[in-house]
Amino acid sequence: MTTDIHMASAELGDTIIKIDELNKWYGQFHVLKDINLDVKRGERIVICGPSGSGKSTLIRCINRLETHQEGSIVVDGIELTEDTKHINEIRREVGMVFQHFNLFPHLTVLENCTLAPIWVRKAPKREAEETAMRYLERVKIPEQANKYPGQLSGGQQQRVAIARSLCMNPRVMLFDEPTSALDPEMIAEVLDVMVGLAEDGMTMLCVTHEMGFARKVANRVIFMDGGQIVEQNEPEEFFNNPQNDRTELFLSQILQH
Amino acid sequence: MSEVKIFVPAPDRSPPSNTLGPVAWLRENLFGSISSSIATLLFFYLCFSYLPPFVDWAFIKANWTGTDRSVCEANAAGACWTFINVRLEQILFGLYFASKPEELWRPTLIFVLFFALLLPLLFERTPGKKWLSIALLGVFPVVFYFVVYGGSFGIPQSNTTQWGGFLLTFALAFVGILLALPIGILLALGRRSEMPVIRSICVIYIEFWRGTPLITILFMASVMLPLFFPAGVEFDKVVRAMIGITMFQSAYTAEAVRGGLAAIPKGQAEAAMALGLGYWRRTVLITLPQALKISIPSIVNTFIALFKDTSLVSIIGLLDLLNMAQTAARSVEWKGYDIEGYLFAGFIYWAFCYGMSRYSQNLEHKLDTNRRN
Amino acid sequence: MTERTRIPLHRDPRVRAILVQVLAAVVVGYGFYSLFQTTVDNLVARGIQTGTNFFDEVAPFQIGFTPFFDYKLGESKYIDVFFVGIQNTILVAVLGIIAATLLGFFIGVIRLSPNWLVSRGALVYIEIFRNVPLLLQIMFWNFAIFLPTLPAPKNSIAMGAFYLNARGFHTPLPVIENTTDFAIWIALLTFLVIGLVMFARRAKALFEETGRRLPVPWISAAALIIGGYIFYLVSGSPLSFDEPVLGRFNFKGGGQLPLPLFSLWFALTLYTSAFIAENVRAGIQSVSHGQTEAALALGLSRKDTVNLVTIPQALRVIIPPTISQYLNLTKNSSLAVAVGYEELVAVWAGITLNQTGQALVIIGMTVAVYECLSLLTSFVLNWYNKRIQLTER
Ligand SMILES: Nc1ncnc2c1ncn2[C@@H]1O[C@H](COP(=O)(O)OP(=O)(O)O)[C@@H](O)[C@H]1O
Ligand SMILES: [Mg+2]
Repeated sequence: MTTDIHMASAELGDTIIKIDELNKWYGQFHVLKDINLDVKRGERIVICGPSGSGKSTLIRCINRLETHQEGSIVVDGIELTEDTKHINEIRREVGMVFQHFNLFPHLTVLENCTLAPIWVRKAPKREAEETAMRYLERVKIPEQANKYPGQLSGGQQQRVAIARSLCMNPRVMLFDEPTSALDPEMIAEVLDVMVGLAEDGMTMLCVTHEMGFARKVANRVIFMDGGQIVEQNEPEEFFNNPQNDRTELFLSQILQH
Repeated sequence: MSEVKIFVPAPDRSPPSNTLGPVAWLRENLFGSISSSIATLLFFYLCFSYLPPFVDWAFIKANWTGTDRSVCEANAAGACWTFINVRLEQILFGLYFASKPEELWRPTLIFVLFFALLLPLLFERTPGKKWLSIALLGVFPVVFYFVVYGGSFGIPQSNTTQWGGFLLTFALAFVGILLALPIGILLALGRRSEMPVIRSICVIYIEFWRGTPLITILFMASVMLPLFFPAGVEFDKVVRAMIGITMFQSAYTAEAVRGGLAAIPKGQAEAAMALGLGYWRRTVLITLPQALKISIPSIVNTFIALFKDTSLVSIIGLLDLLNMAQTAARSVEWKGYDIEGYLFAGFIYWAFCYGMSRYSQNLEHKLDTNRRN
Repeated sequence: MTERTRIPLHRDPRVRAILVQVLAAVVVGYGFYSLFQTTVDNLVARGIQTGTNFFDEVAPFQIGFTPFFDYKLGESKYIDVFFVGIQNTILVAVLGIIAATLLGFFIGVIRLSPNWLVSRGALVYIEIFRNVPLLLQIMFWNFAIFLPTLPAPKNSIAMGAFYLNARGFHTPLPVIENTTDFAIWIALLTFLVIGLVMFARRAKALFEETGRRLPVPWISAAALIIGGYIFYLVSGSPLSFDEPVLGRFNFKGGGQLPLPLFSLWFALTLYTSAFIAENVRAGIQSVSHGQTEAALALGLSRKDTVNLVTIPQALRVIIPPTISQYLNLTKNSSLAVAVGYEELVAVWAGITLNQTGQALVIIGMTVAVYECLSLLTSFVLNWYNKRIQLTER
C-alpha cells in the first residue's frame, strides 16, 4: 500500500497552491515569516512543529480564515485578496477539518453534510443527500445519518466532519490536528479514512503529529518553528536524516515515548 | 479435591429503622439541630397566628355571590369577592367589551385561541412545534387584529383606547414581545459586528433604553412622541405606549440574544466559513438557531419583566389590568374594596409570571444537562 | 511581493464595510436631526420656546418633602425642583438598598437552610414578591394597607421614640449641641478606630507568626461601642436627640418619612430583596460541593470552610448581579409617581413638565440623570470584574 502512494507521487500534477513570501502579524507579534510553499496537485504534505509555531495560522490563511498582510497566496489560479468573490470560490474548493470537529450540533449528520452543497452549490436536496450518503458510507457511518452530532463518539464526529467537507467535492483538503482531540482507540479510525483519501489522490495539507501517518502517506514533511519553515523533505529523509538541529530535537522529543 | 466456589450475592437488608419514615424525615428536616428546632417552632407560631385569619377572611367567611355591596356590608368579616364577580368582565376585557355582552365572544375567542396554541408548545414532545410557533407568532396577531380590533367582516370596530383590563395588558405585552424579538436580534448581531459605527449605534441604542426607567420612557412616548412627528400624524395613547414598550423591550431582548451568541464557540462560524457560507447564511443557518435556543430562558425572563412592567401604563392613564381593578375598587358602588381588587389583579399577574418562570427554569435545567452530556 | 490584481469595488469587503457604516451614520444622523427639528417646530407652534430660561423662574408649587433643601414656595426656582427631585431619589434609593441587601441576604441564606420549613418559607417569599408587578405592590401597601389601617397621628404606633401613623414614619434625629465638643468626640473616635486597625494588624501578625487567633471582630465591636460611649460622655455629650412630638395635627420635629416614602421604601425593599435572595442562593450554590469537601478533608472546621472557601467564592458570583439590582431599585423608585412621593420623575418629569411644557429639556435631563447612574454602575461592575479576573489568574 505504501508503495502505491509513493509511486503516485512521481506523477504529481501542476501547482495548485502557491504561497510566496507570506508574512503575517497578530498586532506586534510576527506569526508567519517569509513562508514560501508550492503544493502540487495530488501532493500530500504533513506539517509538524511545536505548539505555537504558526502551523494552524498557515493553513488557515489558505482558505482565508486568517488574513495575511504581506505576500501572496494563489489557490488553483485564484489569488486570495479582499475580493469576496474569490474568497468564496476558494472556500468552495478547499475543504477543512478542525481539531474540535466543529460539527453543527443543531443539525443531523445528514443535514451537516448537505448544508453547504444546498446553500452554496445550489444542489437539489435529493442529489445532495445522495452524495452525502455516499461519503458517509465511505467514512463508514451511513447508519448514523439521522443522529445528531452530540450522540456520536469523537472519532465518529471527526469522520462526519471529513465527509461534510468531501460533500463539496473539494480539490484540496486542509486538516488541522484532526486527531489531537481524540482518545487513542479512535485515532486509528480517523487516520484510516485519511489514508483512503490519500490513496484516491486528494491533495492534502495536514497538520499532525502522527508520524506513522506521515511516513505512510506524505510526499513531503514540513517542520515549522517560530513562524518559519525550518526544514522540508521526503518523509524517509526527514525522519532518518534531519538537517537542522531544531528538527532533530523536536523529533527526539516526540518520538521519545 | 477443590470445589469451585459459587458467588452468592448477600441478600439486601433494609436500613436501620431510625433512618426511614416520617419520623426520621421530621428529625432530619425540621429538628436537625437546636437552632433548626427553634426555627421550626417559630415558623409554626407565625403560621398559626397569621394564616388562619387570612384563610378565614379570604375563603371561609368570604362573600362570593350577590350583585351589590349590601351583601358584603352585611358580612364585613369576609373578603368581598362579590365585587370581583360583578366586575369580572370589566377587569378582564375592559369597559368596551364589558358594556356590550354580545361582543364578549371576541376577547374570549382570542384567549381560548392563544392558550390552545401556547400550551402544546410548552411540552417537549409535541409534534409540529414549528407550525404551532408560526401560527402563534404570525397568524395569531392577524386573528387578534381582525377579531378584537374589528372593523371588517361585519365585526364592529373597537378602538385601541377602548381596550382595557387584562386584554390591554395582554395586547401590550404581546405586541412588545413580538416586535422586540426581530429588532432585538438585529441589535444583538449589530453589537457583535466588526464595523465600529454599526457596533456603536447598537451599543448606544441598547444602553440608552436599558438605562432609562420605563416610566420615563412612557412619559416620553405620551408627551414627546406627538412632538416628534409633523402636525397631522397622530397615534392614540395605546399605540404610543406600544411604541415605547417595544423600544424598551428590544434593548433587553438584544442583551438576552447577545448572551446566547456569545456562548456559541467560534469554531461554528469558522466551519461554516470554511464551507463557503457567507455572513447572512452563516448567521441564519448556523449561529442564530443555536444562540436562540440557548437564550430562550433569558428571553422568557425578559418576557416576565415586561409582563409585569406593562402595569406602568396605568400611570399614564391607560386602563390596564391593574388600573382597571383599582378604578373598579374606587367606583362609587364598590368603594373600599381595594384589597380584593389588588389581590385579584396581583393573582393574575402572579400566575402568569410564576408559570413563565417555572418554564424558563425547566428549560435552563434541561439545557444544562444536555450540555453536560 | 506580487502585484495584486485590482478588486472591483463592490466585492471588496473593506469598501463595503465603509459604505455600510457611512450609510448607517447618515441615516441615524439625519433621523435625529429631523426628529429634533420637527420637535422644535412643534414646540414653537405651541408657543413654547425650547431652552433653559425657565430654570430661573420661580416654581409655582409647593414640595412637601425636602429634607436636605430649604425649599420655599414663591422663592425657589424650577431648577431647585430638579435638585430636590434628585435628592429624594437618592434618599429612597439608599434606604431601599440598605434594607433590601440585609433582607435579601437573610432570605437567600435561609433559602438554603437544612430546615425544610424555613427553606420552603423563603422560597414562597421569593416567588410571591418577584412575580407580582412592583407598581401593584407599591399601591397595595400604600392604598390598601397602610392608608386605611394605620392610625391617625393621635393613636400612632409607638416603637420607643419611633412613631408610625397614617401620615408616615417619625424618627428621632441627632442634633449637634456643641460643635467643639462634637469635634472632640469625633477626634477621639478617630483615634479609637486607628488604634483598632493597628490592633487588627498586630493580631494578624501574631496569627501568622504563632498561629494564635484573637477574636478581633468581637473585641473591636466591644471597644467601639463601650469606648464610643465613654468618649461621648467624656466629651460632654455633644449630641441631643430631636424627638418627634405630637402636635395638633401631626408630629413635629425629628426625622419624618412621609407615608408615600415609607410605602415606596417598603415595597421596593420587599421586591428587590426577593431578587437579591435569588442571587445569594445561586451564588452559594455555585460553589461546588467539591470545594467544601476539599476544605473539610484538609481539616478546616465548618466555620472556617464557610468563611475561607465558600463565602469568598460565592461573593464573586453574588456581587455583580446584586449591583445591577441596586441600579434597578434606583430606576424603580421612579414608580413613586403612583403614590405621590416627590422624587425626580414625579416633580420634574411630572409636575414641572406639565407647568412649563418644556418636554425636550426636561425629559432629556431626567433621562441623563438615569443614564449617568447606569454608566456609573457599569463602571463599578467592570472594575469589579477586572479585579476578580486579576486575582483569579
Ligand atoms: N487570534 C490571535 N491573536 C493573537 N495571537 C494569536 C492568535 N491566534 C494565534 N495566535 C498566536 O500565534 C501563534 C501561532 O499560533 P498557531 O498557528 O495556532 O500555532 P500552532 O497551530 O502551531 O500551535 C501562537 O503563539 C499564538 O499564541
Ligand atoms: Mg494549532
